[in-house]
Amino acid sequence: MNSRGQAAACPLIVYGNRIGTLMEYFLELFFGGLTRGSIYALIALGYTMVYGIIELINFAHGEIYMIGAFTGLIVAGVLGALGFPGFAILVLAVIVAVIYSAAYGFTIEKIAYKPLRGAPRLSPLISAIGMSIFLQNYVMLAQTSDFLPFPSLIPEFKIPGLTGIITSSEVVIVAVTVVVCVALTLFIKYGKLGKAMRATAQNRKMAQLVGISVNTVISATFVIGSSLAAVGGVLIASHIGQINYYIGFIAGIKAFTAAVLGGIGSIPGAMLGALILGLTEAFATGYVSSDYEDVFAFALLVLILIFRPAGIMGKQPTQKV
Amino acid sequence: MRGKWSLVVFAMAIMAFAVAGCSSGEEKKAEEAPAKKLVLGVAGAHSGDLASYGLPTVNAAKLVAADINAKGGVLGMQVEVFAQDDQCKPEMATNAATKLVSDDVKIVLGHICSGATKAALEIYKDAKVVCMSPSATNPPLTQSGNYPNFFRTIASDDAQAILEVKFAKKLGLKNVAVIHDKGDYGKGFAEFCKQFVEADADMNVALFEGVTPGAVDYSAVVQKIKNSGADGVIFGGYHPEASKIVTSMRKKGLDIPFLSDDGVKDDTFIKVAGEYAEGVYATGPRDISANKLYSVALEEHKKEFGSEPGAFFYQAYAAALALLNAVEKAGSTDYDKVVEALRTQYVETPLGKIKFDKRGDAEGVGFSVYQVKNGQYVELAN
Repeated sequence: MNSRGQAAACPLIVYGNRIGTLMEYFLELFFGGLTRGSIYALIALGYTMVYGIIELINFAHGEIYMIGAFTGLIVAGVLGALGFPGFAILVLAVIVAVIYSAAYGFTIEKIAYKPLRGAPRLSPLISAIGMSIFLQNYVMLAQTSDFLPFPSLIPEFKIPGLTGIITSSEVVIVAVTVVVCVALTLFIKYGKLGKAMRATAQNRKMAQLVGISVNTVISATFVIGSSLAAVGGVLIASHIGQINYYIGFIAGIKAFTAAVLGGIGSIPGAMLGALILGLTEAFATGYVSSDYEDVFAFALLVLILIFRPAGIMGKQPTQKV
Repeated sequence: MRGKWSLVVFAMAIMAFAVAGCSSGEEKKAEEAPAKKLVLGVAGAHSGDLASYGLPTVNAAKLVAADINAKGGVLGMQVEVFAQDDQCKPEMATNAATKLVSDDVKIVLGHICSGATKAALEIYKDAKVVCMSPSATNPPLTQSGNYPNFFRTIASDDAQAILEVKFAKKLGLKNVAVIHDKGDYGKGFAEFCKQFVEADADMNVALFEGVTPGAVDYSAVVQKIKNSGADGVIFGGYHPEASKIVTSMRKKGLDIPFLSDDGVKDDTFIKVAGEYAEGVYATGPRDISANKLYSVALEEHKKEFGSEPGAFFYQAYAAALALLNAVEKAGSTDYDKVVEALRTQYVETPLGKIKFDKRGDAEGVGFSVYQVKNGQYVELAN
């Protein structure tokens, strides 16, 4: 009897262990996807905010992310040589990258988009693509075409109970993204400038009539979008440990996909879209094959656009007569 | 109706011009012949993120040309190096090849990446141009027999894969995850590794996956490697992806051996992956520093450019020597004679004394396993 009891218990333990590892694997993939989604979200917000206000897809936005990462690298190099501690470097690098990228966003809008505000919709789009190519090549020539090592600025710490499942940099990236998203939502909902942005997005002419300075609002949108991308740039560069002038392209395409998925123009939509995209990619890699990572991501996009052409949270366009 | 006729007349006028253009081109060529100039085309990545693989070849060609010109040139002709950039992109490689062919270049040193080489080869084949790559290791380039005009001074990927798997066995690996970057080079290498691992009764492929180059991070695929229970990773591809994967593996506490190919055996990999590069194995061309011409080439490079040579420099130096030697031995740039000379005449190069087999692979050129130790690649005894 005794031996039979043991024999019966054995498979149960094995089964329990198996569920444990399956669960662990699921969590690992989940947190990996969450990290990816967070980065996509930080970039996607810039796309969606700009689109919401001036109906322009700012293709140079991925390059702002890349410039943020490069600025972070330069600041980290200088501060590292001066002997600053890791966390202080991270905070300062993010702050400087935000300022620098915001300045780029502001300037790009003034140079490449503002003169074309009354032009047909295709003109600013071409201008955006041109700006993207220009910025990539500018960084390639001014810096280097090689990959550069990026110091890991996020300090290593253990997360109780989740060691080996999620790393400290993933925790920091997700936490920062959540904080940023909440702050942005509150700002848009209750801030004076946020209200002005919503008004401008609804109807630019009407907003102008009630005394909102549309130019300021548009500039502010670019500045905020660029700042978020810069935060993402520094964090992900520190997480994966390398950058070059081309990183903005793929990240930008994926973030744009996320923005469309969630409904371009909608801020909560971009967050949701980025999260769904990041998780889809992670689970597709984990349970199917990383060969088909992009296939799953874009198949999902197609599916959602078939059933909801304006994206998950996008407003269905009303015909203007 | 009238419109149609005028179109026909117009077309005929254009054709007449084209014919006139052709004949005047031929006349021009005949005039230029006594100029006594042998153009050595050099094609490869001279800009972009893989430029570090392509630029050393240009340097090698320049050095060899300068040497030979100082000795009176080839058959009395001065050698001129004509570089064309392809950024390792197939679509740009065809442009580069067309440019070289239309400028009547007969011998080409290049291209650098396998994908770009393959794209360019069709054009060279039709134009009867001899092409020799210092670095394109994709096996079908020679093994398919489709390109009789193609030669290379580097061993093919399967030679590398055989060594890689043999070495993995020596490390005692039983369950290997094979990862690649979906490119011609990386996937080709990975498929050979998979094939050889499966052929071995003691070894087993735990996972075979491709990753997307340039993705934001590779944590999902690293988790998958971890979950597959692999005791080692073989990666086929280039250093940007390799450094991301290794860094991510080590950060997640996955300390199994990482083996890769000569796309990773580049100092940029060590620079970017930093401490995480330590202990990584990569196969690369055998150490040839004992050869006499090796030190000659090294000294020349230091004197001329003030730095250590980069990737594939010696292969390129050897290829340039082999090409120019073949023209000398053939007595002209006639395609058939040059090909014949490459296959029969030995030439002294930094890689040793070489000639080419009938498929176009250099005989006596091979690979070794290297390991990163204290921030440097060190050759391991075979």
